[in-house]
Amino acid sequence: MLTILFDGVAYGMLLFVLSVGLCVTLGLMNFINLAHGAFAMAGGYLTVVMMNWYGISFYWCLPAAFIVSAVLGVVLERTLYSRLYDKTHLDQVLFSIGLIFVATAAVDYAMGASQQIINLPDHLNGRFEFLGASIGVYRLFVIVICGLLTVGLQFVIGRTRFGSRLRASVDDGRVARGLGIDVTFIFALTFAFGSGLAGLGGALGASILSMDPTFPLKYMIYFLIVIAVGGTTTITGPFFASILLGVADVAGKYFVPSIGGFIIYSIMVLVLIFRPEGLFTRSVRR
Amino acid sequence: MQRRTVVAGLAGSAFAAAFAGGVQVAAAQEVVKIGLIATLTGPQAASGRQKVAGARLFMAQHGNKVAGKTIELIVKDDTGVADQTRRIAQELIVNDKVTFLAGFSLTPLALAVAPIITQAKVPAIIMTAGTSVITERSPYFVRVSFTLPQQTVPLAEWAAKNGVKTAVSLVSDYGPGIDTQDAFKKRLEERGGKVIEQIKAPLANPEFAPFLQRAKDLKPDALLLFVPAPTAGSLMRQVVDRDLSGSGIKVIGTGDITDDDQLNSMGDAVLGLITSHFYSAAHDSALNKKFVAEFKQANPGMRPNFIGVSGYDGMYAMYEALKKTGGKTDGTALVEAMKGMSWESPRGMMSIDPATRDVVQDVYIRKVEKKDGELYNIEFDVVKAVKDPLHK
Repeated sequence: MLTILFDGVAYGMLLFVLSVGLCVTLGLMNFINLAHGAFAMAGGYLTVVMMNWYGISFYWCLPAAFIVSAVLGVVLERTLYSRLYDKTHLDQVLFSIGLIFVATAAVDYAMGASQQIINLPDHLNGRFEFLGASIGVYRLFVIVICGLLTVGLQFVIGRTRFGSRLRASVDDGRVARGLGIDVTFIFALTFAFGSGLAGLGGALGASILSMDPTFPLKYMIYFLIVIAVGGTTTITGPFFASILLGVADVAGKYFVPSIGGFIIYSIMVLVLIFRPEGLFTRSVRR
Repeated sequence: MQRRTVVAGLAGSAFAAAFAGGVQVAAAQEVVKIGLIATLTGPQAASGRQKVAGARLFMAQHGNKVAGKTIELIVKDDTGVADQTRRIAQELIVNDKVTFLAGFSLTPLALAVAPIITQAKVPAIIMTAGTSVITERSPYFVRVSFTLPQQTVPLAEWAAKNGVKTAVSLVSDYGPGIDTQDAFKKRLEERGGKVIEQIKAPLANPEFAPFLQRAKDLKPDALLLFVPAPTAGSLMRQVVDRDLSGSGIKVIGTGDITDDDQLNSMGDAVLGLITSHFYSAAHDSALNKKFVAEFKQANPGMRPNFIGVSGYDGMYAMYEALKKTGGKTDGTALVEAMKGMSWESPRGMMSIDPATRDVVQDVYIRKVEKKDGELYNIEFDVVKAVKDPLHK
């Protein structure tokens, strides 16, 4: 029982790190970037290449995945995304879907379509018993990293000067600019950070989720569910939504395997019926 | 050709035009086209590559001339979507006038073309899809790959003989998965064992952890696994992660989960895993050694798997059928020619059952072992000439 809870939390945490970047761009920057999963895929494949081809330690792959995806994010933001900030949501959706196809085809061409598998360092494999629950070492590792990230993220956005500038830029870009805030720079940085987090999520998830070229499409649904349930105006919303969905998904599959795959969708439907704004929202003044 | 005809006509020479037209007709009679519909993009792409590589290798070894005809292989990508397979099959038959269709990486893709090939009387060689029922859907289907029950029943026999009293099955929720779990349950229970629970995981499923945990908590003697080959890697990682074999559960499955093409990347964790299947790259025969060596040479970085060998054997069946009909391309005659055909493939002896047009072959029980620094499925037991148990 505890094992199931633990697995669910780990899965939820992973979902959170993967989708939090999308919350930032969607909720804070009001930009619909469906190609978010492509950055996660970039991080995942970078890990595969570094570990399997060059034998670099897994621990170096994590920051590398973050940095490379972030740089990739900033390059794409400057060259492509920034042109679409003022466009309608439909344009943004069409553009980012197109980007997914490009990314999928590029990865397919470069790495092949088969699933990539990484072999984690031995001390991250294995499990131990704790209070009657069987704990996977790697899942614990994922929970710890994701937990730290969440706390850090909440602090940066809520408590620092950068966070308040970001929120100001989002709420009213013109006034923020008038006050001397470099909105373009802040957006680029935020976008990079969101992409970097996705990349990190991809690297962490490479051994649990399956890494193949269809990754961005396959997980897009999960990202969107997290955001639909959690709302996009806070970080805590998607966080609790991810955990809820992770636990519900794992528990559902464990206890009622015959309909297990459907539980995550049922929860989304219920939430949307009773709280169309998402589970956790703060009033938006816009 | 057509443009050349027009140009010649414009030049004012009626003779030249007629001549060019004549050449065109003669050439069309000499060429036999094979439409290979493979899945070359999307999650099943690895299977398409194997199939095409296998078919090309056969042509490289045996040339492209059979019974006075020139064989032309037309490869099309159906992206793993049944609608596409159907559309491509139609185009190949109507526009390209192919003599054979071949390929079909998933059951729904094969089923989608059944009405078309029946109507057009074009034989379709199934090189992968493994649900029993396919060959019953059209008299023009001939299968050279395998059926899932054909692989599973020998496995259930083996399990019953080796002290497995209780088992749990975990399969992907689609045609072949259901076939596998049902065939296994039926045979194991006939032999006095019991399947405690049949778990079905959604086909597009990223997280196997809860299903595996449930299987583990049920404490069976054996856990039967079946997922499509490209998914096997991540499933096996999680099996190892949960340490199922450490808790005394025999993990068994059909050879799809230890696909030769991917086996090496799964790591030493899969050592000792027992599977039943019709092909292993380590199969000990001169023909197979040659096949594996030349396959690797032509496709660096790939190792032939059961799909590659099926692509190869599919070409063999089509070549031989043409020889038997003396180069005649009548679909019904070609299917008749393939019925009862028997030959040595890199996988071992195989034949086409004249009654069902389905493949009859030896099924091996294998164990993952390390050989020359690579992981292989090493065959240690065999059930000879297995027919699909679900056909009447």
